Amino acid sequence: MSLLEIKNLHATVGDREILKGIDLTIDAGEVHAIMGPNGSGKSTLAQVLAGRDIYRVTEGEIVYDGQNLLDLSPEDRARAGIFLAFQYPVEIPGVSNMYFLKAALNTVRKARGLEELDAMDFLALVKEKLKIMDVDQNLLNRPVNTGFSGGEKKRNEIFQMAVLEPKLAVLDETDSGLDIDALRIVAAGVNALRDPRRSMIVVTHYQRLLNYIVPDFVHVLSEGRIVKSGGKELALVLEEKGYAGLGIEDAEEEVARV
Amino acid sequence: MTAVSEQIGNWLELFTAQPPAEAWRKQLRDGAFERFCALGFPTTRDEEWRFTSVAPIARTRWSEAPEAIAGSERAADAVAPWTTGGIRLVFVNGRLTGPVPALPQGLEAGLLTERSELNLIVPKTAFVALNTAFLGEVAWVKAARGAVVETPIHLVYITTADAYVAPRVLIQAGADAHLTVVESFVGTGAYFTNAVTEIAAGQGAVVDHYKVQCESLDAYHIAALGARLGQSANFRTHSISLGGKLVRNDIGAVLSEGTEATLNGLYIVNGSQHVDNHTTIDHAKPHGTSHELYKGILDGESGAVFNGKIIVRQDAQKTDSKQTNKNLVLSDNSVVNTKPELQIWADDVRCTHGATIGQLDAEALFYLQSRGIGRKEARSLLTYAFAEDIVDRIKVESLRDSLEKVLFEKFHEHADQ
Repeated sequence: MSLLEIKNLHATVGDREILKGIDLTIDAGEVHAIMGPNGSGKSTLAQVLAGRDIYRVTEGEIVYDGQNLLDLSPEDRARAGIFLAFQYPVEIPGVSNMYFLKAALNTVRKARGLEELDAMDFLALVKEKLKIMDVDQNLLNRPVNTGFSGGEKKRNEIFQMAVLEPKLAVLDETDSGLDIDALRIVAAGVNALRDPRRSMIVVTHYQRLLNYIVPDFVHVLSEGRIVKSGGKELALVLEEKGYAGLGIEDAEEEVARV
Repeated sequence: MTAVSEQIGNWLELFTAQPPAEAWRKQLRDGAFERFCALGFPTTRDEEWRFTSVAPIARTRWSEAPEAIAGSERAADAVAPWTTGGIRLVFVNGRLTGPVPALPQGLEAGLLTERSELNLIVPKTAFVALNTAFLGEVAWVKAARGAVVETPIHLVYITTADAYVAPRVLIQAGADAHLTVVESFVGTGAYFTNAVTEIAAGQGAVVDHYKVQCESLDAYHIAALGARLGQSANFRTHSISLGGKLVRNDIGAVLSEGTEATLNGLYIVNGSQHVDNHTTIDHAKPHGTSHELYKGILDGESGAVFNGKIIVRQDAQKTDSKQTNKNLVLSDNSVVNTKPELQIWADDVRCTHGATIGQLDAEALFYLQSRGIGRKEARSLLTYAFAEDIVDRIKVESLRDSLEKVLFEKFHEHADQ
């Protein structure tokens, strides 16, 4: 059985339809890259999977791990093993990263029938994961994402993913705004988390990230539909010929975000 | 008889029923009662009281609080946990209970036995006059010149009867003295606290003042704080308002040359609670600095008023003043009125002010939820985080810790509704 099955998914924001019939099936352990020009609906798809309520699903269904995903609240999706690495991680002043992550991990563990971790065990686990991500421990004592650099924010996302150990990770433009060194660190972190029981959706505008995180499949999204699917070599075609080579217009970024 | 004189009539009975007092006290009482009769209770036609009606207080026939019930001061541990440790004076129904504890060198504390600077610092409004007219036991804290008092002094006011209580405090810090005073107000029932605190800080003195208002939800709490601050003095006051049905705080600070004043506040209201904070920072001399941060969290059908007056006198060049008021509104039925009021007569100054009224950040909520944290939990976490930067600034550790606990529990209750 597939881990994720998206069938004819339509979604709107306000009265504007952004996803216009997406079909996508992902099996356990697979890494799928979703590429596409600005405004094609990549980020919308990522946010719909995580349950952001500003998007309304008007048609179609998403079956995740045998359940109707659209019936679940965002927190229940997270507890069921879905993780979204945000394109723009949110700053939350006043909440320490440590407190936040411990609360998150323990709710997720509880949902999986595992015992909650006490402060000592949590710290031990976190230290181990910090090493993978090359994250400074001081980051933990700071408020969530507050005053973090762009690179720190993205690394913090992958670090959270390492701690929460999802079944399905959705990385929404995790490469955007990163210089090549930061990109390598983030990609190494992601690769360390590749696992036969963990699937990933890697959303990106540029092929560059896929040099470091090599996908099993590549899908090209345009105007809310998947217009082309293939193996990792499809990304190279895009690199060479651009979206225009596939007859897709890559417009300047529109303000589609709310 | 008109409504006003009817109201005064009730108070006249109470006033004349007071036991006799020493000459200085009687003189203050008589003068103040006369003033109160002339002023009467303010109405919403008064600009300073536009959004806060004290009609329910004026309508009620108050009685004098009975003597303290034996042992009730022990209730202080339960109702005001943050006052454990330190030097503590507990007033039950307006009267000091128990002996004055041993005091470190340079500190005097207890009951005022002479007029000293009493009633010379705070503006003589109707409520201040009504407090002075019923001048009873006055709490007094004095740090001698140069004395560094490290232990905080806690003044705990417990009210256990449906009555009128008029707590009065005089705090004096001599030149270069360091002093920390915490006032807390708790109680049960439908009573009326009308508190007045006066603070005189000498040249170079450092005074940290905290007020935790945790009155019964049926209680009225009107309070005035007047601070006269010497040259290069550093004064900080934190006003935490959690309880009370109708609450009004008037805080006034007059700065001298090079004085630094910090006025912070946190108010958290729910149900039909109403809290009104009026502050006045008077930069009378050059090189003064003032910081003001008031944050409020409103739920239910509660209301809040913030009015921040900053006066920069002609002489007060190089004044640096910053005022911020932020409100987090958790329900559709809460009302906030916020108003900065800047009067600037000097031309070489920096004054900034800002006010915001907002809701919980939807993106932050989603972010927390997307990590598995339930919606209710996420809401309470963000609400708590909003209050945190005020709590963080509290330097008395026992107070900060217990306040963190109180807030944490409070927001979980909020979130469950």
